[in-house]
Amino acid sequence: MKFRWRSVGLAAYLAFLLIPIYWMANMSLRTNADILGHFRLWPQAPTLTNYMTILTDPSWYSGYLNSMAYVVLNALLALGVALPAAYAFSRYRFLGDRHLFFWLLTNRMAPPAVFLLPFFQLYSTFGLIDTHIAVALAHCLFNVPLAVWILEGFMSSVPRELDEMAHLDGYRFPRFFLTIFLPEIRSGVGVTAFFCFMFSWVELLLARTLTTVEAKPIAAVMTRTVSAAGLDWGLLSAAGVLTIVPGALVIWFVRHHLAKGLSMGRA
Amino acid sequence: MSDFEWMAWTAPTAAFFLGIAGLLIGMTVWQRFSPTRLQRGLLPIATTRGDRLFIGLLASAFLHLAWLGLTPWSPLIALGLSALLLVSVMRFG
Amino acid sequence: MNRTEHPRAWWLVLPVLLVVAFSALIPLMTVVNYSVQDIFGPGQRVFVGSEWFREILRDSRLHAAFGRQLMFSASILMIEIPLGVALALAMPTRGIGVSFTLVILALPLLVPWNVVGTIWQIFGRADIGLGGALLRALGSDYNYAQNAADAWVTLLVMDVWHWTSLVALLGYAGLRAIPEACYQAAHIDGASRFAIFRHVELPKLRGVLTIALLLRLMDSFVIYTEPFVLTGGGPGNATTFLSQYLTKMAVGQFDLGPAAAFSLIYFLVILALCFVLFSFMTAGDER
Repeated sequence: MKFRWRSVGLAAYLAFLLIPIYWMANMSLRTNADILGHFRLWPQAPTLTNYMTILTDPSWYSGYLNSMAYVVLNALLALGVALPAAYAFSRYRFLGDRHLFFWLLTNRMAPPAVFLLPFFQLYSTFGLIDTHIAVALAHCLFNVPLAVWILEGFMSSVPRELDEMAHLDGYRFPRFFLTIFLPEIRSGVGVTAFFCFMFSWVELLLARTLTTVEAKPIAAVMTRTVSAAGLDWGLLSAAGVLTIVPGALVIWFVRHHLAKGLSMGRA
Repeated sequence: MSDFEWMAWTAPTAAFFLGIAGLLIGMTVWQRFSPTRLQRGLLPIATTRGDRLFIGLLASAFLHLAWLGLTPWSPLIALGLSALLLVSVMRFG
Repeated sequence: MNRTEHPRAWWLVLPVLLVVAFSALIPLMTVVNYSVQDIFGPGQRVFVGSEWFREILRDSRLHAAFGRQLMFSASILMIEIPLGVALALAMPTRGIGVSFTLVILALPLLVPWNVVGTIWQIFGRADIGLGGALLRALGSDYNYAQNAADAWVTLLVMDVWHWTSLVALLGYAGLRAIPEACYQAAHIDGASRFAIFRHVELPKLRGVLTIALLLRLMDSFVIYTEPFVLTGGGPGNATTFLSQYLTKMAVGQFDLGPAAAFSLIYFLVILALCFVLFSFMTAGDER
């Protein structure tokens, strides 16, 4: 009987998570006039007009492409620099290693608003404003520390004997790292990529500051177009639903490693 | 490379960052000649020399803020107090 | 952990240093420079010493924003931590229910932060939103755009919706790491369900829960996008938290000097919190 109650509570909470999302999906399938005219629990005459508008208008769908572009760039960049560093943190003791790790962590925690001020000027100086690489680089500020943190956790659970055996077998370091070590922690790499994707995808403040037209993220396109069109709730909802879809797909692939990744491989 | 005028450097802030850089280099050299050990003093956790430096600097920063926020006197006095604080944290922490 | 010394280590961390230093150190230095000057425009600036810090620290509106920030962070921690633990305990341990629950729980974490605001903006409106309409039907004059208390409640519910999953998933990971033998020993001793929670599960969860607590504390301390979309800091200043106030100052009024001084104070507070988190985590590693 006790078990039943727990399940009921859990189901209620899951419903609480899903209902607001359902409501937005409901809005996205109706026209703005219908939304403002009638209160309905489900769309009576579902229409895909809102989605068609977004998928055919370049000023809308380019926002998705821009977001995808910098998110992928960011994940590659973050993984590329974080993998060797995480190995160093997990295997070697060196002067100032803990302090360095701490400094990285502070960047994950720092409020983006603090850096907002000079960020625009810094990236202008290097001619990076309104490029995908600018946003990818800026998001490295919090994703690289996170990636190092998670990867270090996964790497530390690989026994050191593996490294020593490979060394005795005559493997040089780069070859050992790429052909033996990386496959060993591939689930960790996947989880890290997922978290880089996640935090880069959901961030808006920096992405909006560093872009104007060419690399504008979808989340920023949403705010702009809505204020110009005088709040088209249907269109806004459809755009919102479309920003959730990539996330939902990605979660499905990493679902078994999610919990471990969230605890930074430490639980 | 375009210019960095927007960084708005001033002599005092440049001196501040050079001071920090100097401290870091000094700590590295010190470590080379006499490596630090974990020590347990007045602070609730065991610390190395670098940890105590960081704690001391952070505490000094908060001391300055408290000084500016609560008293009308010159921040130079706070600077002197911070130096004392830093030395005592390094020694007894 | 027995790590060795190796000269290779520094070369391995060098790329990370370069990438992060570019985006972290240069802006930080610039903020420090701004904080001691009055800046009128390009090339026109006057050194003012610690004047901005003095002014900011005595700014009563900032004190109010700081108070609201503390209230907000404390409230969401008091709701999210116990709720997250309860959810972690209620989660199924085998079968298809596991994947199902995990995916739904993780869903809010993957929604862009401004879309979280949009979802609740729509949901809470009395004319078109289910939540708002329901409350109206129950006889309340709920309106998050006009009434400060309603705005607060909506923000709290939104944050619980958004982030409790993180606590629950962390707790779930912690529970899975408890060996089956611990439970069996407790059963042999005839321990009650509550006793098992109190003496077996809770001690093992301490580590992940502290991480969860500090992560939520720090992330809620820097919250910006969601309230910006939902309430815009209003009504009045009722939901203006530290980041909102800072952005208003820096971007809205272009008061670079005071905004920079504010940024530094803000950063110092976060730095201190972060140090506590880090000391805790590494203390666990060494033992």
